[in-house]
Amino acid sequence: MAVVSSRGQRIGNLLAIAAVIVVTFIMLAPIYWIVSTSFKPRNLATTNPPTILFEPEVSPFVKLFTKRVQLKPKEVVDYENAPWFERLVFDGGERITRSGKGEIQLSGYPDRFINSLIVAITSTLLAVSMGTITAYGFSRFKVKGEADLLFFVLSTRMLPPIVVAIPMFLMYRAAGLNDSHLGLIILYTAFNVSFAVWLMKGFIDEIPKEYEEAALVDGYTRIQAFFKIVLPEAATGIAATAVFCFITAWNEYAFALIMTNRRAQTAPPFIPSQIGSGLPDWTVIAAGTFLFLLPVAIFTFLLRNHLLRGMSFGAIRK
Amino acid sequence: MITTLDPHSRAAYRGWSDITIRNLFVIPTILFLIVFNIFPLLYSLGYSFTDFRASTKDPVNFVGLRNYMELLSDPNIWSNFTITAQYVIVSVSGQVIVGFGLALLLNRSFPLKGLITTLLLLPMMLSMAVVGLFWKLLYDPNFGIINYSLGLGKLEWLGDPNIALYAVALTDIWMWSPFVMLLSLAGLSAVPKHLYEAASIDRASRLYTFFRITLPLVAPILLIAIIFRTMEAFKTFDLAYVMSGQPTTEVVSIRLYKMAFQEWQTGKSCALAYIVLIMVLCITNVYVKYLNKAKER
Repeated sequence: MAVVSSRGQRIGNLLAIAAVIVVTFIMLAPIYWIVSTSFKPRNLATTNPPTILFEPEVSPFVKLFTKRVQLKPKEVVDYENAPWFERLVFDGGERITRSGKGEIQLSGYPDRFINSLIVAITSTLLAVSMGTITAYGFSRFKVKGEADLLFFVLSTRMLPPIVVAIPMFLMYRAAGLNDSHLGLIILYTAFNVSFAVWLMKGFIDEIPKEYEEAALVDGYTRIQAFFKIVLPEAATGIAATAVFCFITAWNEYAFALIMTNRRAQTAPPFIPSQIGSGLPDWTVIAAGTFLFLLPVAIFTFLLRNHLLRGMSFGAIRK
Repeated sequence: MITTLDPHSRAAYRGWSDITIRNLFVIPTILFLIVFNIFPLLYSLGYSFTDFRASTKDPVNFVGLRNYMELLSDPNIWSNFTITAQYVIVSVSGQVIVGFGLALLLNRSFPLKGLITTLLLLPMMLSMAVVGLFWKLLYDPNFGIINYSLGLGKLEWLGDPNIALYAVALTDIWMWSPFVMLLSLAGLSAVPKHLYEAASIDRASRLYTFFRITLPLVAPILLIAIIFRTMEAFKTFDLAYVMSGQPTTEVVSIRLYKMAFQEWQTGKSCALAYIVLIMVLCITNVYVKYLNKAKER
């Protein structure tokens, strides 16, 4: 710093940092509340005043993954013989149900979680592959009406989901794609491919053309040069784009709400649907939410240096 | 330059020609987008002139512009648009104030800055529907941590029709201020240091420095953030739908959803979708213009 920092400036700096810390705590409080509620016993989730300190339990996760019935008052249960995780639920006055063969029955959650994984991963792979080659096409060759085409590609991403969902619902119904993984995968791929094209075009633009040209002179074909020179150079960009596409598909709600109801339902429409009539068990909802948010939180840390670029469609780079 | 479209270049004789490769790389994606984005829209454009109801097998009648006339003269639809506008103004201005303010605070070096910035960015990456749902517990008048920590007694955040929209907007502000912060930080870090040094040598006041140096230089990138958030807030569905059933939070997307999938007025909802679509295209146009401007910088 060329300018001598005065005492006033230093105090200002300290105050600013203190403010940042306070705001960070406030911004993270809702996330902390989700995590902490997912480890609370049910009776501590809704108390007045709210419970902040408590002995953590895993019973919400047991309840999240199992089907349960309310215990009848006179019902005799061999509480002593039950495995430890079932005893956790007994304490809540509920019993894990079993199929005729004595297997513990799973709740709806694991199915939805797996559906989310299938749909998000498949659509990400498709969108990123299509996006990367199309971005290469736009980046390296003259395309007639390139600006208009790129605008068209971007504008498909800007449409409100419900606007697209009405005709897609009718078309899917006619084609038998409603409530199918394939239907959702196609929708999410279409949604993400535009994003992937824009982001990847930025990444590929940054790879010097000379690399491929040197390879072409050395006798590579254009396709070989693309696979052996461009793709490895673009690896970071591809990974960042893939993570963004995954998060978008993972979080998507409106299409999933309209296009699925049971078989292919993903977690985002399922989790809110657990709140039916009566008092919801917030510990179970928190446990489901926590597990659902965890991958995204991890990815956010891995992505931290690419967030700016991804969130601005590749327009702003550091 | 050896590039690219010269069919007589050496490269062109080996393997596929560049033109083939270009077409192979670009055309399938464009076709895919046309089939799954443009074709459905043409389909619904057709239906927007009919009285089609997807829930029945009644014959479909052509009704001309009647759906559009009815929608544009329906005061309830206008109130949906008013609610949406209110929501956009409250949540976007909140995000700009919080996000830009945070960026100003963060625009200095201190230990753990990277970690804190990433933590602050976390909310915008999460699912709006799932996190929005959990805010219902935070807002709960009896057990909610918000009323408790602010000492607000039993304030019905989502139950009171007069404040439910603001409660939803507040959640949106929590989620998306980080976005404005992220873009503002990029803008702030691009302001040349020597301008501040010159200002300080000239003994310019802090306010003067802020309004004459900082703000004008950050304005273009801030504008992009504002346009982007405006567009997203205009389209908002997840948060309001999950958090509140109040008629005062019925934004256009929710009206559209109900009209199409609960009342099954398919033809009419297609017409409303088109009205919304035209509005979004207008905002997108402005957005892309500024994106390109920002790129030129």
